Amino acid sequence: MAAAVRFFILLLLFLSSLNPILSLYEDQVGLVDWHQQYIGKVKHAVFHTQKTGRKRVVVSTEENVVASLDLRHGEIFWRHVLGTKDAIDGIDIALGKYVITLSSGGSILRAWNLPDGQMVWESSLQGPKDSKTLLLVEKSSKVDKDNMVIVLGRGCLHGVSSVDGEILWKKEFDTQSLKIQQVIQPPGSDFIYVVGFSSSSLFEVYQINAKNGEELQHETAAFTGDFSQELSLVSSETLVALDAARSSLVTISLQSGKISFQQAYISHLVEGSSGPAVMLPSPVTGIFAVKINAVTVFIKVTGEGKLEVVDKTEHTTIISDALPFTEGQQAFALVQHEGNKIHLIMKLADNWGSDLLKETIEMDQQRGLVHKVFVNNYIRTDRSHGFRVLVVMEDHSLLLLQQGAVVWSREESLASIVDITTSELPLEKQGVSVAKVEHNLFEWLKGHWLKLKGTLMLASPEDVAAIQKIRLKSSEKSKMTRDHNGFRKLLIVLTRAGKLFALHTGDGRIVWSLLLPLLRYSENCQHPMGVNLYQWQVPHHHAMDENPSVLVVGKCGQSSDALGVLSFVDTYTGKVLRSFGLDHSVAQVVPLPSTDSTEQRLHLIIDADKHAHLYPKTPEAVGIFQSELSNIYGYSIEADNGIIKGHALKSKCVGKEADEYCFGTRELWSVVFPSESEKIIATVTRRPNEVVHTQAKVIVDQDVMYKYISRNLLFVATVAPKASGEIGSATPEESWLIVYLIDTVTGRILHRMSHHGSQGPVHAVFSENWVVYHYFNLRAHRYEMSVIEIYDQSRAENKDVWKLVLGKHNLTSPISSYSRPEVVTKSQSYFFTHSVKAMAVTLTAKGITSKQLLIGTIGDQVLALDKRFLDPRRTVNPTQAEKEEGIIPLTDSLPIIPQSYVTHALKVEGLRGIITVPAKLESTTLVFAHGVDLFFTQLAPSRTYDSLTEDFSYALLLLTIIALVAAIFVTWVLSERKDLQEKWR
Amino acid sequence: MSPMMGSKPLLFVLFFQLCVSLLPTAVAISPASGDGYTINGRVKIPQGLGVKGFVSSGKISNVKVMLNGGQNITFLRPDGYFSFHNVPAGTHLIEVAAIGHFFSPVRVDVSARNPGKVQAALTENRKGLSELVLEPLREEQYYEIREPFSIMSVVKSPMGLMMGFMLVVVFLMPKLVENMDPEEMRRAQEEMRNQAVPSLANFLPGAGRS
Repeated sequence: MAAAVRFFILLLLFLSSLNPILSLYEDQVGLVDWHQQYIGKVKHAVFHTQKTGRKRVVVSTEENVVASLDLRHGEIFWRHVLGTKDAIDGIDIALGKYVITLSSGGSILRAWNLPDGQMVWESSLQGPKDSKTLLLVEKSSKVDKDNMVIVLGRGCLHGVSSVDGEILWKKEFDTQSLKIQQVIQPPGSDFIYVVGFSSSSLFEVYQINAKNGEELQHETAAFTGDFSQELSLVSSETLVALDAARSSLVTISLQSGKISFQQAYISHLVEGSSGPAVMLPSPVTGIFAVKINAVTVFIKVTGEGKLEVVDKTEHTTIISDALPFTEGQQAFALVQHEGNKIHLIMKLADNWGSDLLKETIEMDQQRGLVHKVFVNNYIRTDRSHGFRVLVVMEDHSLLLLQQGAVVWSREESLASIVDITTSELPLEKQGVSVAKVEHNLFEWLKGHWLKLKGTLMLASPEDVAAIQKIRLKSSEKSKMTRDHNGFRKLLIVLTRAGKLFALHTGDGRIVWSLLLPLLRYSENCQHPMGVNLYQWQVPHHHAMDENPSVLVVGKCGQSSDALGVLSFVDTYTGKVLRSFGLDHSVAQVVPLPSTDSTEQRLHLIIDADKHAHLYPKTPEAVGIFQSELSNIYGYSIEADNGIIKGHALKSKCVGKEADEYCFGTRELWSVVFPSESEKIIATVTRRPNEVVHTQAKVIVDQDVMYKYISRNLLFVATVAPKASGEIGSATPEESWLIVYLIDTVTGRILHRMSHHGSQGPVHAVFSENWVVYHYFNLRAHRYEMSVIEIYDQSRAENKDVWKLVLGKHNLTSPISSYSRPEVVTKSQSYFFTHSVKAMAVTLTAKGITSKQLLIGTIGDQVLALDKRFLDPRRTVNPTQAEKEEGIIPLTDSLPIIPQSYVTHALKVEGLRGIITVPAKLESTTLVFAHGVDLFFTQLAPSRTYDSLTEDFSYALLLLTIIALVAAIFVTWVLSERKDLQEKWR
Repeated sequence: MSPMMGSKPLLFVLFFQLCVSLLPTAVAISPASGDGYTINGRVKIPQGLGVKGFVSSGKISNVKVMLNGGQNITFLRPDGYFSFHNVPAGTHLIEVAAIGHFFSPVRVDVSARNPGKVQAALTENRKGLSELVLEPLREEQYYEIREPFSIMSVVKSPMGLMMGFMLVVVFLMPKLVENMDPEEMRRAQEEMRNQAVPSLANFLPGAGRS
């Protein structure tokens, strides 16, 4: 009997473990995950609205995306993300059916099919040097004619057939120093003008036959002064240039190829103007715009090159491109700001005095200024003209304005996330009743009955749809309060536009957004950029009435000594609590483990001069900090010099900015890598908030190994300088990869290993006592992943029970970086198929659940790989005991199981990073992957062992219980009857 | 180094030589124009194999081809051809990303000495390619397929097993008891009476004997 029971239990265990780890049924998509698609900040836009049918706009963006959007709703019809180095220089539509894109500095020309986004052809344009790039698509009225695409790129002019991308002609220019500024095709003519400067004062014009690239005419003219290289095209035969002093305008006319100059001083034209002028792109024929200080001046060019000021405005004005209007007329749009309103003005080119349209639109303050405007017109049913205006805002968002209202908007800022942190949601207040949100009992039962039918595959298609609806709309997951399992959180996201968003993890909606005032352009902070986000205050004691806040760290400019800015933002309301500019730079921010009495976390900001500044600047914080001072160590990595230095803090700052919140640093140690043979390409440490459940690892035969767990370990990877480039640039003989484990308190190198014939890029994750890193093996010409595990030998003797009983163990001895570590490392390597873009590891609340690696592959998918596959104790033939421990037989490559892609059939286009956040439920971790797209899901690396799954059928349980009760009753009645019969007998 | 490579170096070398000797010259690489070579190839995705479960079955507009881990990215033309321009001589890696299909990365040697010669091999299984035509190694199914309802699946589920066990106890045990020797039965009943607290073990035939 005992054997039978054991067999039964084993069978149960076996059956429950049969299901593969982590897998998703198709109808579970969208239950716990969400996916959002973006395109990035729009650079160019071309409307396609001529034909009846779908109205669309084709855009190219700063994220190197070319996309076709629905003009009605702003949805993406199709989209392609080009390579990171493949920046788009220009887009246009040719033949009414192809989207032409010029990218990579004018060297790649591609045509995409407008309806479905299929690439039609691709041409590579070559030339001797970098130059300005221009894309000119012949707009011919004749349909049968092969419209040509004229491209200026890499210093040459190319004529490309728009049908098949064949390069019909190529024109190189004799003058080496020629800097081409404009390519002009007078309407209806067969030739093009190419104008440019070959020196600061020499102006050149080439007249070229557009059909065959033949040079028809070449004129050179020297100007008496110097040009500033800024040129604006006013009409097909008139150009306006600025002189080097930016004080006078030079009108250049090309009457039949002949060049004539005419100079006019701005101060004569515009009264009371001073300061250098900047050319703005000319909107329409005959008019150009110049910006002098904050004043925008519109100047009209009349016949014979005479200049005449038509308008002057002090508002920030954005001008759109010209829009071909009726009968050869051109219209354009002006957008002006006034408070939180914008004025949209449409004007005709030859009638400045009257406006075609003037609208005032209320704008969200969090969108900032208008950066770009694109206009399109349509004919209304009453035959009057209507205008659609596509606006790109300072916060990168894209809006379509029509009839004085915002038709749709896209938060494109989310395509360029800089940093992410999380915040808890508010606690459920007493007044809010749970019952209101829950369905009533009948509906609850009905839902479960439907679910049961679904699991038993008895559901009709309508039922299936109803089930799916119930599951997806579950109001539970998007509530604005904290839940028991910790699944609902706020993702606080800082974007490159300087905008902060709070996203709800339940459904990905934007809870609030904030354009940080300190991360906007201002006089004393010219190029602000957000750098990092930290959790500043996480209230526990007064969680009901205090709101958590985050710290946003930014700098004014790219350089290392640019001054920093700090902002503190309330995460519930999205309001700036306070913000200020710093008087020092920001090189590194170190969140300290201690908090002050108001639960504000102490942060150290290290500046470029290696001074440490303590925040918050309160005497209490200094008091707490002073007591910890001797225990705080830091390190800095100078990747360019190949030096890693360790620092300790001094009690006082030396130098001018000495105040009590400033601390000096002194160098403790340094590791110098020989610059001729090693170059640092990757460093990684453990996540500071990672929790390790136990130091002991029980292995075969009840043996124990002790993990070497230290917060101060740094993983460093160096490669041969020759092999630091791309794959294919070095031979296996001249490349090597060396990895180090360095203790950052003492500078001691705990482990060093070299991989000959290998090179970067290296992606690594460090967790508990192991590092996993991904690199390229040149000899096998495959990617490899290696694991290093580090164990503490000094505790290995504690296995003896008698020692434990007699107290002769060293378990209670303090762990110090200064005690000489006796460590052993184990390592193993495996092949991995794909290139990797990002790598992360799952993080759980208590660290009990087994780990999974999250690998962002080159195909923009995220693969979950069990850490068990990267175990250095794997052998080809594991013993029975090892098998029981869960050791997988060794294979030369890591398996890629399609069901373990956490992104399932979706792609996170342009994947850049993956972050993991523990939920309160130990089995579950929250995963957020970002790039151009966003993707969020919940993962349970060892399945949800501590809660019932979504699929759990309460109805089935209820049915079983009812059936059992009924069976008991029936059998009771039966046995009673039998007893009675027995007694009668 | 991976242990596999270490243990079979000879085999690997032999295999590699075999690959190299089998490789004929092919059309994939065209000679230098400008400062590099052009790699031309083709991606073939078998039509009709599309398993339900991914949307873009057979749609090639979303397929990307990547050189050297994303250094260059290109797309497919309608006929499946792709090309990389300005590639320097050396050994390169080409990867294909297509949702629903698993492609092996391809190692491509661009030789400076004899232009026009190509050596291409799948890195997953070291199979040489005579021309640069890339085909998926297998389909990728991202979702579990729900098993259709069957009696077996209910029986195999833990709850079903429990029910089954219960049924066995309820219906089979009395039969066993009936088949028992009357004498033995009596003895067992006596024993039962002797014991103050009846336990489950007493009902079982084996336990009674021991």
